[in-house]
Amino acid sequence: MTALTPAAASSQIQERFGVNPAAEDAELSVPVPLARWTEFAQFARDTLGCRYFNWLTAVDWKEQGLEVLARLDNLDARLAVTMRVRLEPGTSRCPTLTGLFRGADWMERECYDMFGVVFEGHPDLRRILLDQDWEGHPLRKDYAVDTPQAPYR
Amino acid sequence: MEVKPPIPQIPPPVWSDFKDLQEWEKYHQERPTGDKASEALTSIADAIHHMPGGWIVTTSTDKIFNWARKSSIWPVTFGLACCAIEMMATFASRFDVERFGMVPWASPRHSDLMIVSGTVTIKMAPMLKRIYDQMPDPKWVVSMGSCANSGGPFRHGYHVVKGVDRVVPVDVYVPGCPPTPDSLMYGLLTLQEQVAHFLETGTRPTPTQPA
Repeated sequence: MTALTPAAASSQIQERFGVNPAAEDAELSVPVPLARWTEFAQFARDTLGCRYFNWLTAVDWKEQGLEVLARLDNLDARLAVTMRVRLEPGTSRCPTLTGLFRGADWMERECYDMFGVVFEGHPDLRRILLDQDWEGHPLRKDYAVDTPQAPYR
Repeated sequence: MEVKPPIPQIPPPVWSDFKDLQEWEKYHQERPTGDKASEALTSIADAIHHMPGGWIVTTSTDKIFNWARKSSIWPVTFGLACCAIEMMATFASRFDVERFGMVPWASPRHSDLMIVSGTVTIKMAPMLKRIYDQMPDPKWVVSMGSCANSGGPFRHGYHVVKGVDRVVPVDVYVPGCPPTPDSLMYGLLTLQEQVAHFLETGTRPTPTQPA
């Protein structure tokens, strides 16, 4: 079996999802529509062989809304796929990947903790780093960092 | 059959219910009534103090007590962050604070001093407060390093207590990031001077303006 080249993977993604991945060496950056987020992850895992869930995070683009990024790696073919999805401005709901990757569980909890992205279908969406009674999501751009937290204000 | 409404239960106070630290402190400062032991001690000391020439006895015993306290300050082993490495170096053989009678002790119940060595996060602050509350009076606190003094480089972060003096009262602030063992030793010697002038349980020397 020949190893999957980035160019072949790129053409497969383009064929199936109709998006143009930005390629840099063996790293593909794929803008995924929100409705096909889970479907793309399954495609990347099963067809492209990206079985290693590397990380998941988010970016706050202020009035342009949030962007959720996840990176899946194919360690054998040395292929990396960064899938990113733009959420509508003012919304913070995104499908979960926990059904496909067990490792997505805590990543999504951390993303919820810091950015307030609500992952729909997550089995246990609680805060993971901060206290359960914390107000706000600190890595949002509109979070005032000097917000006093009781009782040490 | 008559249905009675449930009797409302008063929940025990927890620190997150209080507006700020002062309110929480006020709740804990109230002495329980019927504390006969300390009342008897106070009355005996008062009686001796008001006898003719009795003040000589009380002041000299105070001096002896303070000398003993000063010469055997036991810091509780409480390392929070990278400052703890310098604190360990201070305790170790090269600097050897044991010659001042300081024995790092792994129990707050037997300790007189807490060296807050490092960043205090908001999540860690209740544990720090609990350790401080477990130490017997009289007790002292040395705030070590920029983070414990004021929050340091993390002051504008979302998760850091902006100075440990918002959680526990601090006697000596040691600046530095991290302070060298020499700085910490200077701070501990300053604390010894303070303890030598310690008058009675619960009072502390008022801070003086630097010259």
